Amino acid sequence: MTTNQLVIIGGGPAGLTAGLYAARARLNVILLEKGATGGQVLNTDWIDNYPGYIDGISGFDLAEKMTAHAARFGLETRLGEVTSMDLTGPVKKIFLEGGEVVTSQTVIIATGARPNMLGIPGEKELTGKGVSYCATCDAPFYRNLEIAVIGGGNTAIQEAMHLTKFASKVSVIHRRDELRATKILQEKAFANNKIEFIWNSMATEIFGDKEVEGIRLKNKNGDKSTLAVQGVFVLIGTQPNNEMLPVDQLDMKNGFIITDAEMRSSLPGVMAAGDICSKTVRQVVNAAGEGAVACLAVEEYLADLPQTE
Amino acid sequence: MAGDNVTHVTDGNFDQEVLKSDLPTLVDFWAPWCGPCKAIGPVIDELADTYSGKVKITKMNVDENPETPGKFGIRAIPTLIFFKDGEVADQVTGAVGKTQLVAMIEK
Repeated sequence: MTTNQLVIIGGGPAGLTAGLYAARARLNVILLEKGATGGQVLNTDWIDNYPGYIDGISGFDLAEKMTAHAARFGLETRLGEVTSMDLTGPVKKIFLEGGEVVTSQTVIIATGARPNMLGIPGEKELTGKGVSYCATCDAPFYRNLEIAVIGGGNTAIQEAMHLTKFASKVSVIHRRDELRATKILQEKAFANNKIEFIWNSMATEIFGDKEVEGIRLKNKNGDKSTLAVQGVFVLIGTQPNNEMLPVDQLDMKNGFIITDAEMRSSLPGVMAAGDICSKTVRQVVNAAGEGAVACLAVEEYLADLPQTE
Repeated sequence: MAGDNVTHVTDGNFDQEVLKSDLPTLVDFWAPWCGPCKAIGPVIDELADTYSGKVKITKMNVDENPETPGKFGIRAIPTLIFFKDGEVADQVTGAVGKTQLVAMIEK
């Protein structure tokens, strides 16, 4: 079994950028991805703040371009789901679904995050039957229907706007009285006459017999109400994809990996990049930046290793 | 090659290819605009290779075939339905991992 110099786990913007740098550095590197490369970018309708794309770019196209860019330098990407890993010691072991073990001198963890759930009654039962976490995927099923979006961040507002291309009315339900989304998105949303805002309110239940018929709401005064909708889009942030991580070996905070400014984790030879890191800003552009930094930290670590030959 | 064992089904041949299939059949309802559908694509291709001759692995483009997804109340994609003897045996929505799909098929 050959030991790689670097294994990158996850093929979103962080992993692909790390892979691009690693391939250019001519490292012996493999990127493991459990599906198609692109990460959460694939779920994004439109990305308007990635530098260089003056008119914006669709999530699909950006994912494709990042993948092709890394491939141009010869990055090897493999389909494989990581189930667990042992990251202590000089040779890191990565266990794949199916029983295969991949070994490497260094690892960049770029497993990313996935959408949060509300955790209220009816949500799980009605997922796929009116409850959705991906507006880009499911918007066309809601042509001329009334729907609700839960959340007030960039994702919620961006996707609420996308939904207005199909739905007759979009009610944005937010627990505060102002949005966290960036100002330009707010301006567009407030100007969109298909979007209505329900402030200071939380969803307490999603109901419906075979499919979503409505949601129950509670405002900050405790007043309860019901809103009839055919769809509910839950866009309330993300949770880390950390199930495969050795949490007893790595320093973590709230399920995210703690890194220093060079993207080094608490373990020698193990770096992390992108949404899996403990941080406040989760944008495509800083995920990509962290991927580059993590790869440079890997190169530095490899250069400092005692020579065996 | 990857994907060669996947059958593409339509509203027109769904009865014949899925409901009347001799083999248990997995249908992946997808659309070209859907990111998680794309993400799950390589896994579907791999399943089709692994279960060749034992389980029929199919895909239906919901954009071109609105009738069947409507019949099964599909409002989110990817939705994967596993049919046995023309009946829905199991159903899952979202870009689930290979492990979960294998469990659904092997059950």
